[in-house]
Amino acid sequence: MATMELTKPQKVADAIKPPVTSIGIIGWMRVNLFDGWFNSILSLIVLYLLSMTLPSFIKWAFINSSWFTTSDQCKAGSGACWSVITANIRFITFGFYPHQLQWRPLLAMIILVLLLFFSQNRKHWRKSLAYAWLLGLFSMGLLLKGGLGLEVVDSDNWGGLPLTLLLSVFGLTAAYPIGVMLALGRQSRMPIIKSFSVVYIELIRGVPLISMLFMSSVVFPLFLPEGVTLNKILRAQVAIILFTAAYIAEVVRGGLQGMNKGQYEAAESLGLNYFQAMRLIILPQALKIVIPPSMGILISAFKDTSLVVIIALYDLLKTTQTTLSDPKWMGFSAEAYFFVALVYFVCCYAMSNYSRRLEKELDTGH
Amino acid sequence: MNPQKAGQQNVDTMPIITIENMHKWYGEFHVLKDVNLTVSKGERIVICGPSGSGKSTLIRCINRLEEHQRGRIVVDGIELTNDLKNIEKIRTEVGMVFQHFNLFPHLTILENLTLGPIWVRKTPKKEAEQIAMYYLEKVRIAEQAKKFPGQLSGGQQQRVAIARSLCMKPNVMLFDEPTSALDPEMVKEVLDVMISLAQEGMTMLVVSHEMGFAKSVAHRVLFMDSGEILEENSPEEFFHHPQHERTKLFLSQILD
Repeated sequence: MATMELTKPQKVADAIKPPVTSIGIIGWMRVNLFDGWFNSILSLIVLYLLSMTLPSFIKWAFINSSWFTTSDQCKAGSGACWSVITANIRFITFGFYPHQLQWRPLLAMIILVLLLFFSQNRKHWRKSLAYAWLLGLFSMGLLLKGGLGLEVVDSDNWGGLPLTLLLSVFGLTAAYPIGVMLALGRQSRMPIIKSFSVVYIELIRGVPLISMLFMSSVVFPLFLPEGVTLNKILRAQVAIILFTAAYIAEVVRGGLQGMNKGQYEAAESLGLNYFQAMRLIILPQALKIVIPPSMGILISAFKDTSLVVIIALYDLLKTTQTTLSDPKWMGFSAEAYFFVALVYFVCCYAMSNYSRRLEKELDTGH
Repeated sequence: MNPQKAGQQNVDTMPIITIENMHKWYGEFHVLKDVNLTVSKGERIVICGPSGSGKSTLIRCINRLEEHQRGRIVVDGIELTNDLKNIEKIRTEVGMVFQHFNLFPHLTILENLTLGPIWVRKTPKKEAEQIAMYYLEKVRIAEQAKKFPGQLSGGQQQRVAIARSLCMKPNVMLFDEPTSALDPEMVKEVLDVMISLAQEGMTMLVVSHEMGFAKSVAHRVLFMDSGEILEENSPEEFFHHPQHERTKLFLSQILD
């Protein structure tokens, strides 16, 4: 890059160098920080605030902090007590999963991350990847639950990061296709399908997720015949899927409405039937338009999985809170929440980064 | 009739499109009033008329992009009814070229052309690509096969759109103002493609105000106004001896 910039002007005979004030650090500052009096004042104010807060934060978080100490040593120190994380990392990550078996959810998470990592590249979207996912899902389920010679772990003991990932990854991947179908249903000319979609979407959107989780855990079992129980995690999972799908549906509908009518007509006039036209022509374009808002919904749904605490599921946030209720580690909530926020941020940032990349890759210049 | 006119010998008397007493309403608005039209195989018809006269609607009824409410439309022996199977069958026999090209922007030029043959005609991919390249050569744009529509000029896009229709090997081609969204310098390249298509004896219905094109290839010119076919004649008669007052007015407006 740097050499290109150097050689390019030389091609143009007698290229004049741009003035110092428009390149380099000075140029960057002029454009980005001191562009006009209003922006200059804002920049100065921000710089002042940063100078007031940043040094003390760095002192607290890094210089005076303790990383691998006991709680008593922490209380003696003046900085951040990251020991609350390091000392309890296994409980925060895995909850009440049996201690000696925690390699199993760890391995399951590694498999999941690897699969997600491979799936992000569109070149890998082949049949073999689908088989890899099937195999991965099976082994993840086996690792978490046990069986086939592995000790069985009841799902009541599942918790922490594996639970958060389970609820969000499968919640989101299942919600998206359902949402797309609902969006198509809402546009359908068939009255039954149309009104079902409309009622479903409006009903779900009119209810907070918390109440749906409550219903799934408290009300729904009342309707089941005696003796039949449905796994609590599964019920929460279904509630999250149904909830997210309604929001996805409305976003996708926006994309469908943004489509040029000519695209439908061109597809029809080639003799494509409805499903072919949707799958090959309309959805690829409409879904591309709605990548940014869809990702917004997926990100907020990911964060909303933390609401499952109210039905006593121990997701990442709940295990962290439980750690803090230990008298030894009380009072270090800032550090603990900082850590959880960081984990959530890393996941959300990866998602939004991916959406930006997809947008760029799918851009065909129209 | 003019014996030099290209492809004229191909006209036979077998009707490929028959429209009888056809009416269409948009809500209360009567767009097409008692339209009767018979098109023979190999015949080329240019339809002109002021905007809003129903000429686009008429040809859009032929492949059921618009639904007619009364009368009969029979295409290639199949009557257009609400039967989806018949509609899809007719659409594979009737190619359509739109004013705004309506290429699929997310697919390459080649994919735009192979889509119909692969999914509707169930042609194997290799063969569909050969067909596509054949027609791309024909519209002189084969070198752009790997590009996306957004990277082509309007004239090139319209030629691709014509090739896309031809890949389905249609018996009839409908053109809905194919050159009116183009910059002036690109009109000719599209008309040239249409003329060479005419020379091969394709049955064509063209909604257009390109009078030069009408004179050189059309067997018949129809003049429509407020939903009716007012006048129908050979191009020579139509342009030199228009019968109807409104035709005269229209011609004086577009030819001045």
